[in-house]
Amino acid sequence: METPIIEMKGIRKEFPGIVANDDITITLAKGEVLALLGENGAGKSTLMSILFGLYTPDRGSIAVKGKEVKIENPTHANRLGIGMVHQHFKLVHNFTITENIVLGMEPKKGLGMDLASASKRIKELSEHYGLNVDPDAKIEDVSVGMQQRVEILKMLYRDAEVLIFDEPTAVLTPQEITDLMGIMRNLIAEGKSIILITHKLKEIKAIADRCTVIRRGRFIGTVDVSETSTEKMAEMMVGREVSFSVEKGDIQQGSKVLEINNLSVMNKRGVLGVKDFSLDVHGGEILGLAGVDGNGQTELVEALTGLTKVEEGTIFLNGQDITSSSIRARIQQGMAHIPEDRQKRGLVLDYSVEDNLILENYADPRFNTYGFLRRDAIRENSEAIIENFDVRAGQGGATPARSLSGGNQQKAIVGREISHDPELLIAVQPTRGLDVGSIEYIHKRLVEQRDSGKAVLLVSLELDEIMDLSDRIAVISHGELVGLVNADEIDENEAGLMMAGVAKGSAS
Amino acid sequence: MTIKLPRIPRAVTVALISVFLGLLAGAVFMLVTGSNPFAGYTYLFRGGLMNIERFGNTFATATPLILTGLSVAFAFKTGLFNIGASGQLLMGGLCATAVGLTVVLPKPLLLVLMLLAAIAGGALWGLVPGILKALFNVHEVVATIMMNWLAYWTVYYTIPAYFKGEFLETESRKIPDIASLRVPGLTEMFDGSYINLGVFIGILTVLLIWVILEKTVLGYELKAAGFNRFAAEYGGMKVNRNIVLSMTIAGALAGVGGLTLYCGYAVNIQIGILPTQGFDGIAVSLLGANSPIGVLFSALFFGLLHSGKGFMNAMTEIPPQIGDTIIATIIYFSATSVLIERYLDKIKTFMGNRAFKKANAAEQEVR
Repeated sequence: METPIIEMKGIRKEFPGIVANDDITITLAKGEVLALLGENGAGKSTLMSILFGLYTPDRGSIAVKGKEVKIENPTHANRLGIGMVHQHFKLVHNFTITENIVLGMEPKKGLGMDLASASKRIKELSEHYGLNVDPDAKIEDVSVGMQQRVEILKMLYRDAEVLIFDEPTAVLTPQEITDLMGIMRNLIAEGKSIILITHKLKEIKAIADRCTVIRRGRFIGTVDVSETSTEKMAEMMVGREVSFSVEKGDIQQGSKVLEINNLSVMNKRGVLGVKDFSLDVHGGEILGLAGVDGNGQTELVEALTGLTKVEEGTIFLNGQDITSSSIRARIQQGMAHIPEDRQKRGLVLDYSVEDNLILENYADPRFNTYGFLRRDAIRENSEAIIENFDVRAGQGGATPARSLSGGNQQKAIVGREISHDPELLIAVQPTRGLDVGSIEYIHKRLVEQRDSGKAVLLVSLELDEIMDLSDRIAVISHGELVGLVNADEIDENEAGLMMAGVAKGSAS
Repeated sequence: MTIKLPRIPRAVTVALISVFLGLLAGAVFMLVTGSNPFAGYTYLFRGGLMNIERFGNTFATATPLILTGLSVAFAFKTGLFNIGASGQLLMGGLCATAVGLTVVLPKPLLLVLMLLAAIAGGALWGLVPGILKALFNVHEVVATIMMNWLAYWTVYYTIPAYFKGEFLETESRKIPDIASLRVPGLTEMFDGSYINLGVFIGILTVLLIWVILEKTVLGYELKAAGFNRFAAEYGGMKVNRNIVLSMTIAGALAGVGGLTLYCGYAVNIQIGILPTQGFDGIAVSLLGANSPIGVLFSALFFGLLHSGKGFMNAMTEIPPQIGDTIIATIIYFSATSVLIERYLDKIKTFMGNRAFKKANAAEQEVR
């Protein structure tokens, strides 16, 4: 067998209270796509951060092209031909694509920069790999998918031979995902090698040659993707059988819980992000709001939850006008909100888990007497949620929220919101960036809410999720409601068309 | 085998290293100026601790620093940077002095009234930047600096106009004994030192602020807003109200510092001076890692340096500026504590790796 381009042997990395990687071995052959599969918090990102020089392993060795190396930092990793496309892009928004790509290794010409030649080279690279990037466009003007390609180009510009993709599809629309797969195939055809960090089995099936599975920091095995079923891989990842379909009881539609009348909301740029939007959500149903990212979902949710003020129109919760109620009042009237951005809105990362679990109801008599926090009650509350919602935290309630994995942070938020026993649960991208096990779990809890007669407004960019869970589907495009149908009367293609702004008849 | 570092909180280690590096740099300065650093430090510390009187003076010097340090630390916990402790201190001192010079009451009542006046004066000077920040998003750094000068000129006008001293126009009349935080029992106990009731006010305030921040709903809300404003908003907290409240409390704390400075440590208030204790409060807070208990200890340490430097100056050739230089260097090191932490991490991994390699080698030998 040829010398593998990357070989990580017996890697171990420990963080306080947790072994993130325990004796993990992976090999990457030239010209292949190796998928790294694992639940959130399984240690995939840690392993790749070690390869990229962000962490030093406590134990184990790394060999690049058969030569043992000690990777000191990302620059060193770059020099070894290893490039990483991060989940959260690291780009300067008011710079052009060229300026972003050359950042840190600017081509000089006298005292100035030779951006023209850089721009030319980027154009060539872009055409060569079918990336279709305009080197002179500014980052703030291009789509998320395009920004990701800039990150890829950055690595190619630095002559990377191994590209690590960290959850690359988490931020992309279905079309952009298809494009990305094409780009990856081009990269492989040109002799690059790829490590794909993901928990989406569909993608692994579509693109990867081999797949290494990690569970809770341990190496489970490496399998040939073409010979292994999705179910088998899911089982390896989670450690038990996983059901992919969501089981739901029959609809028991109850009374109107949320009523939105002719709502208009300004967005951050000072134009109407939501226009004349009307929608009802009933008890006992999950209403899925589908739409391409940036079509007014954020503004709508912020107006419903009280984070933004309403320009025009009214909102009723259980028959009461809450259009200008405070956030606290809405929460007390039975609204719960799983926010789109868990780290920005949902959690105080510097607080412990238990302190985060009382973020909305700390003022309850349950949790304080005469203004003094009742630590015992707070601890009990967190223990119950951690237990009920399977939040894995190294030191229980005292664990800093920052040190939880993304999936566990999300489960903590979901647990907190559902534990308020809300009449209306607004769940925005509740499974964004999560693994199969967590997704299955969160979906189940959302359906439970519905089955117990509560209303759920599910806002998601993932059409699969909307199709699987919803009883009715509303589609938003350019801030307007373009369609409202019963879920069983529509297929994925029709929904896709509606998301693009083509209206369909409405249903009650 | 794993290396177990003793369980000292990170912040304490970092602070101690900052202090050590600062002292080390001071020693270098002394050497460069041709003096003996051992003699210098001996006199510096003796100057602050040598007898009970000097011990008392160290406490008295530290008292306003405890309060301004708390002021900065408290605002900081809420995500606000209070540069205005000087002005708040000055206003607190002015209000307390005004009450002390005009109101006639039995001492305990008068002192309580002066305390309330100091709280009110400082609080007002914190309230204004708080409101500006909450309503118009005016950055508190700019607003508090402006408020410093407002306080400076307010004192500049008020003192000569209403409380002019007997001999000098540039300072207020001496406050009567009855309006001073100094009490005979305490002064005698410390052999005629400046020490006064302010020390107790300072320590009690440290405890009070610690309790507020760690144990109460208010502290929970304020810290949440400081760590993540967006999440605080999401949780239904009134973030703007909390900004105003936090700045007001911070101002009040520095205002009380003014009471202890002008009606305890000193006996009158001068015009044309923006007290350095306010700015030192930033350093105290940094070195104390913004925690109330940390502030107490770092204020005492700064108090020691300040009260010892005069003695060092008298006994050696070392200029008193060296004392200030050392303080500045320590501030420098505590402000760059991130670097110190990074080095600590590096040392830890290095030790870990070495231990592992050793163990590995031993294992192979056995084979």
